[in-house]
Amino acid sequence: MSAFSTVLARDLRLALRQSADSLTVVAFFAIATVLFPFGVGPETNVLARIAGGVLWVTALLAALLSLDRIFAVDFEDGTLDQLVLAGAPLPVVVVAKVCAHWLTTGVPLILVSPLLAVTLHLPAAGYGPLVLALLLGTPTVSLVGAVGAALVLGTRRGGVLLSLLVLPLYIPILIFGTAAVEAALTGLPSTPMLSVLAGFMVLALTFSPWATAAALRQAVE
Amino acid sequence: MVRPMGGNGDSFQIGGFSGTGLACRRGGRLVFTGLAFNLPPGGALVLRGANGSGKTTLLRLMAGLSGAAAGQLAWDKIPIDDPDAHAARLRFIGHLDAVKPALTVAENLEFWMSLWRGAGLNAGISQALDAFDMRPLAGFPARLLSAGQRHRLALARLMVAPAPLWLLDEPGNALDESSLAALARTIAAHRASGGAVVVASHGAAFVEDGATLNLGAFTPTDASHWSEE
Amino acid sequence: MHRFANPTQFMRIADAVYPWAAGLSLILFLAGLPIALVTSPPDYQQGETVRIMYVHVSSAWLMMMVYGIVAANSAAFLVWRHPMANLVAKASAPMGAVFTALALITGMLWGQPMWGTFWVWDGRLTSTLILFFLYLGYLALGDAFEDSERGDKAAAILALVGSVNLPIIHFSVEWWNTLHQPSIIKMDGMTVDKSLLLPLFLMMGAFTSYYVAVLVLRLRSELLAAKIRNARMSQVAVNQAAQPAE
Repeated sequence: MSAFSTVLARDLRLALRQSADSLTVVAFFAIATVLFPFGVGPETNVLARIAGGVLWVTALLAALLSLDRIFAVDFEDGTLDQLVLAGAPLPVVVVAKVCAHWLTTGVPLILVSPLLAVTLHLPAAGYGPLVLALLLGTPTVSLVGAVGAALVLGTRRGGVLLSLLVLPLYIPILIFGTAAVEAALTGLPSTPMLSVLAGFMVLALTFSPWATAAALRQAVE
Repeated sequence: MVRPMGGNGDSFQIGGFSGTGLACRRGGRLVFTGLAFNLPPGGALVLRGANGSGKTTLLRLMAGLSGAAAGQLAWDKIPIDDPDAHAARLRFIGHLDAVKPALTVAENLEFWMSLWRGAGLNAGISQALDAFDMRPLAGFPARLLSAGQRHRLALARLMVAPAPLWLLDEPGNALDESSLAALARTIAAHRASGGAVVVASHGAAFVEDGATLNLGAFTPTDASHWSEE
Repeated sequence: MHRFANPTQFMRIADAVYPWAAGLSLILFLAGLPIALVTSPPDYQQGETVRIMYVHVSSAWLMMMVYGIVAANSAAFLVWRHPMANLVAKASAPMGAVFTALALITGMLWGQPMWGTFWVWDGRLTSTLILFFLYLGYLALGDAFEDSERGDKAAAILALVGSVNLPIIHFSVEWWNTLHQPSIIKMDGMTVDKSLLLPLFLMMGAFTSYYVAVLVLRLRSELLAAKIRNARMSQVAVNQAAQPAE
């Protein structure tokens, strides 16, 4: 697993040196969430009802904006060629890079989500399920997003295209992530939805590294 | 993980590198066809040809980055079918330097060394720093380097972990005279210890008595190559 | 199987298949449309609206079948590097997108009298809309590269990723739908009476053979275009070889 830890450590160190990138994603998450009260009005009960969904949608969009960081820079400066030639299994390298992406974007998003939930008047019962659902859902967001990010390497309009490829695949995460929060608000257990999210994560962990590796191999070809 | 290991200066699992009947297609066009080469241990192969004759394409094909439309590569006369095992025995230096501007020169080299040799061998980069006179720059962030210095840093990667096959795409670009001499010394030392090298180059002053492969000779000229068979 | 990889062989097979597929499609349309639109009885619940079903169900059937064909051929292309499989996937996808759009539109037209509104977040309509986006993504990705071969492979990988995700998306949307709108009339309301089966099968057959005929046409023109492209490229190569390199 030395390839895994080496790549993970390098990506974390790079993210730390360029921490403005991660902060920008968090700032986007905040500003996009803050737009909603202006759009739907500041009534407490309206905001409380939509808070879970709004936070999930904006978190997905924020993560989407950060996806091209996973591979695009490495693709442009030639590092990707070398990583493909590292002699280590490419899916392992992919998982390391996805881990780094999750730690530097998913985790900050999760950390600020309770703060933003306060501005949307999310009832107290929703906080636990919201954070847990994000914790279980955002790794899948990074894993599935990595496939899309690898597929659009070298395209003319990568960013817009990436959203078209990836957002439809995020719908199940959005459905169960939001449902976990809503269940808690209506006094129902949110464990079933959280289990489904965990299941999605296991599925994504099984398939996405291979698909991403295949996409990377054709990208450097 | 199968990989030719050995400390600096040790010899590698030496093997000959060869290819037969190679053809490659780029953008629907057949770049070359019927290409064959044979590179013995310690040998050097210089690729020559006009722009578009496929020097870079052939090097990437040799590295296993791209697939051949036809033909077979072999290591020690055994056909290469595991790209990861093949990758572990080669170093590829392409047009792009794969240098991370935010990391220091030493950190850049340490990353590749621990990826190729496993972690915990921190003494190993000093030889690489010396080979291309990078020691004074070791602590600087790579974003401060000039184009030539970045390229030297890319070449220094050759020294952080031994590998029997070097594939170099225009390695002399952007290098000053003393760096060209350093490159020539490095290649000569690599060959002396049994390593093989393939160089795509216009001016090959840094490779002594290498075989030359002129790619222009393998450019297809008729229109009959559009079917896969 | 590999003899289909040879374009010349394929052209011969295509020439043989095309008249049969086109003829069958024509006959089935001529037989099916009058029954479907005129002589079949109106449904006792849905009235004349039921006639939309003949187009709607046929389109929905094709949108799923074509996605299956795109995914299977993408897999064949990635695993065996089979160039004809790639062409079949590429030629089928735009038709799949059109059939999906047709299924959406006819679904909405059916929904207006049944639900009193054009759009309802019904599980099946929503899944169809998402499938439409998957088709659009596939088409956009295949078209986004300067090098068309890269686009082919990227799109093929996407098609496989999509085919793994489709059941998950469908299951999620159905679940979401029951969670939020338990009382809505489902598209399942279109239960099929026996008297409607004959025109339905005729129309599905007509749509399917129409797809096959157009697929063969598209493959033929794609192969001819490739032939012309290569002739031009090699002409350029010959001209360049005639000039001494600098």
